[in-house]
Amino acid sequence: MAFDKNSNSFTFIFATVMVVVVGTLLAVTFLALKPEYDENVRREKMQNILASVNVKVERDAAPAKYDELIKETLLVDANGKPADGDAFGLDVLKQYKDWKAGVGKAEDMKFPVYKATVEGKELFVLPMVGTGLWGPVWGYVSVQNDGRTIFGSTFDHKGETPGLGAEIATPIFIDQFPGKTITEEDGSYTGIKVYKGGSQTTDPHGVDGISGGTITSDGVSEMLQRTLATYDKYLKSVVAPPAPPVAEPLATDSTTILSALPQ
Amino acid sequence: MSTETAAPAKPAEGLFSKKNRKLITDPLNDNNPITVQVLGICSALAITVKVQNAVVMSLSVLAVVVVGNMVISALRNLIPGRIRIIAQLVIAAGLVTLVDIVLKAYVYDVSKQVGVYVGLIITNCILMGRYEAFAMGNKVWPSALDGLGNSLGYAWLLVVVAFFRELFGNGSIMGLRIIPNEWYATAGGGYFNNNMMILPPMALVLVGIIIWIQRARNTKLIEQA
Repeated sequence: MAFDKNSNSFTFIFATVMVVVVGTLLAVTFLALKPEYDENVRREKMQNILASVNVKVERDAAPAKYDELIKETLLVDANGKPADGDAFGLDVLKQYKDWKAGVGKAEDMKFPVYKATVEGKELFVLPMVGTGLWGPVWGYVSVQNDGRTIFGSTFDHKGETPGLGAEIATPIFIDQFPGKTITEEDGSYTGIKVYKGGSQTTDPHGVDGISGGTITSDGVSEMLQRTLATYDKYLKSVVAPPAPPVAEPLATDSTTILSALPQ
Repeated sequence: MSTETAAPAKPAEGLFSKKNRKLITDPLNDNNPITVQVLGICSALAITVKVQNAVVMSLSVLAVVVVGNMVISALRNLIPGRIRIIAQLVIAAGLVTLVDIVLKAYVYDVSKQVGVYVGLIITNCILMGRYEAFAMGNKVWPSALDGLGNSLGYAWLLVVVAFFRELFGNGSIMGLRIIPNEWYATAGGGYFNNNMMILPPMALVLVGIIIWIQRARNTKLIEQA
């Protein structure tokens, strides 16, 4: 061989060429397969939204079921007022990370709401993001059309400890949510608290945390408190308190009566 | 492995000469990477809860070891001695990342479960062991066979361990229910899944039992007192 493969210059050239070749190969493959991956993520999101209203579907069947059950999606701003934008496409995790990092402002954050109709019930599906022990935790909580009673929920995480923090994604944790309420009877906000120690399960605004997963449980608690507070403003604005009968219906009635009279 | 190996007798070695066949058969038993060399144990303990995970993991390791062995063997006269481990690592890491991307795109659910371990294939000792010990000093074809043999030796063990763990731990194989639902205590029967089976230590016990059986039967492995 004409060159010395152990010379310094060849070593450098070899290392450089190798890294560039491997890097290019990975980049090309990633870009080529990105559509499939994105589609998987999209379907999983639909699957999660459906799971929060207690509809369990296979991932491949999720888009059809999603289209059937989710009637409307919208964004609300930090004050619970409707805002412009694509609700499903909004990356709430990125928005949350930006806010945590001080890049995004709290008042600029947007919150998606999915309106679902399941077995004749109108439900609001509320996505949320928080921080566990090792990374992000997230979930979807569905609230009934009284604007305060939880119908179902689903939680997931990036990499919480299996057997401890990761238990937030299991029925043991999730099944505690239905029936809990996020406000008092009079409408004052309470949110949902995740308790340490199992004696508080009678609290209508609290669930039992995961033993050994304290930091994860605290993260979920913080996530629920913070995000539901914003959604509560929205829910109060759309769910009217049971209104006492007012003059208007009577007026209509009298007009009907009047018009029915012989001229 | 029988008569198909009677390749035309060229001056060069046949593709499946006796020596080449040994490259595949040796790691299945006499020189099994897990039971004899005790390499790749960590992944064998971690992902053998379900047969499906074991199969996917085995296929991933197979792809990475075979292709990696071939690439390194092809480059063996070019790789500078001083950075050869780094070169092997770059190739291993590249291939593993490739496998990870492919799994995410085509078998998303499985990739969510084995995802973290796929990344750890890079640190699987079988990989670096084969790259350094075999591929750096042998031609491309024998290296491919060597990779195939070793990953198959890894694969059968993983699948056997996963078979017992899924059967006794979950009552199913490949997600298909084997133990009828009516047998379970919740349905009035007297049967319980063995939760110990789900936990990693039980995999170690199972691997130990397999090593025991293998050593009892294979005289070549019996150490002289």
